[in-house]
Amino acid sequence: MTQVNTTSYKTIKLWKISERDKRPEGYNLKEEDGRYRDPTTVTTLRVPVFRPMDLMVEASPRRIFANAHTYHINSISINSDYETYLSADDLRINLWHLEITDRSFNIVDIKPANMEELTEVITAAEFHPNSCNTFVYSSSKGTIRLCDMRASALCDRHSKLFEEPEDPSNRSFFSEIISSISDVKFSHSGRYMMTRDYLSVKIWDLNMENRPVETYQVHEYLRSKLCSLYENDCIFDKFECCWNGSDSVVMTGSYNNFFRMFDRNTKRDITLEASRENNKPRTVLKPRKVCASGKRKKDEISVDSLDFNKKILHTAWHPKENIIAVATTNNLYIFQDKVN
Amino acid sequence: MFARGLKRKCVGHEEDVEGALAGLKTVSSYSLQRQSLLDMSLVKLQLCHMLVEPNLCRSVLIANTVRQIQEEMTQDGTWRAVAPQAAERAPLDRLVSTEILCRAAWEQEGAHPASGLGDSHTQGPVSDLCPVTSAQAPRHPQSGAWEMDGPRENRGSFHKSLDQIFETLETKNPSCMEELFSDVDSPYYDLDTVLTGMMGGARPGPCEGLDGLAPATPGPSSSCKSDLGELDHVVEILVET
Repeated sequence: MTQVNTTSYKTIKLWKISERDKRPEGYNLKEEDGRYRDPTTVTTLRVPVFRPMDLMVEASPRRIFANAHTYHINSISINSDYETYLSADDLRINLWHLEITDRSFNIVDIKPANMEELTEVITAAEFHPNSCNTFVYSSSKGTIRLCDMRASALCDRHSKLFEEPEDPSNRSFFSEIISSISDVKFSHSGRYMMTRDYLSVKIWDLNMENRPVETYQVHEYLRSKLCSLYENDCIFDKFECCWNGSDSVVMTGSYNNFFRMFDRNTKRDITLEASRENNKPRTVLKPRKVCASGKRKKDEISVDSLDFNKKILHTAWHPKENIIAVATTNNLYIFQDKVN
Repeated sequence: MFARGLKRKCVGHEEDVEGALAGLKTVSSYSLQRQSLLDMSLVKLQLCHMLVEPNLCRSVLIANTVRQIQEEMTQDGTWRAVAPQAAERAPLDRLVSTEILCRAAWEQEGAHPASGLGDSHTQGPVSDLCPVTSAQAPRHPQSGAWEMDGPRENRGSFHKSLDQIFETLETKNPSCMEELFSDVDSPYYDLDTVLTGMMGGARPGPCEGLDGLAPATPGPSSSCKSDLGELDHVVEILVET
């Protein structure tokens, strides 16, 4: 049995997901179709047994946590105590108890008294995997704040502020937009966190606030296309990122149904494509390459041929196995490591 | 621009004039493209608050971009000062609606003196750029969407200032939307006119990079692919700042 929290803009639901692959048969008082039998016709008794059936997955809503958010919810994160969770919208973060649906506590509020002065919003938040009093939240200006709930009831003052100084050589009118963090995820170990901004993935050591320890370029070839991507709104796309179970590989999505993996140890990276045309089930995915400029080699794709409507925003990695889930606009792909 | 008589008289200075014009072309090309980015951003902001469920993050990012452009324009003297009344209102975001609104009107009436910046400092760049920016005026449909009698009257009538946009995002009520729209001139909502007027319309001279711009539509558009090549050199110039 699994519990999953979902959110649709402003309402949070807790779902129970269960699998059923057996059903009971052989009741004494009911027919197989459910109709009651006339007790007088029962002459023998039997013990009902479980028989296999086609696997059925059921999702049923168990709790609805409503009306605590004025703005769109961007994150939910369950605490390591499995009793509480946080929900974050553009300006506020609330703390809930899983059993209490009509009340939540506001733990972060960055709404200015005068909305004219608003220049920064919350973009993502997550609880620390091991410390149940610690959480982080990221902003549209590329900063991450780590907060300790023991410090005060309202965590408006951060314990740590993570921010990388801007590279002056890359400065443009789009610098702020592309620095906006779309996702933040702690490593399973709890020692690192990963952030995703428009062009890169950054790994931060929680003990070092002034710069990330690793940076991986997801699609640097888009840097010269920022104006077009601003015009067609792609620059506002929010990509997620995820860690593998051992924290040695990180993965994130891109355009043209491409997704990228970076091996932190070998420093190698790979680009793969999630599409039905190019991959039959059970075939090994072929690495893809984007040609940024110059002569395009065979099998490479030029930047101008990329389909910006095919974006992979959501990816997930099984916490223990090498199985990944990748969502394109209309399809969900599940891939696994090839079995030797 | 230059009367015939003047040209004949200044034969000796022709090279200087051409050199100045060439320099002017580079400067004005960047200014035009920056202006185009500013206009695009303002349209996006307007479209933002027309949505039933506006995206606050996106609006904030676009508004910050607008402020950045404005700040740069103020620094290099392109930004002509407002009438004193608005200049008293310190917050930079207030300048967005009034300044941009009013510029086209001022150009038609004749450039106002740069009161806030000091005449001696700004006279040169302002007058140099004057011919360029007045060339933009025809791109607006003849007193259609941008109809204005004078700067003061238009404050708040056509272009909602940033604070009103954010307030809208807060309340997000369909009836609220209607209230906001009620006092806006109807020509504004002929978006096609506005957008085609701004982009791809009759543009003189150094605007080749912008000719190929497709009308901005909300949401990703598949025309991006064809636009990418055409916009590259626009981006190069913008990114080089």
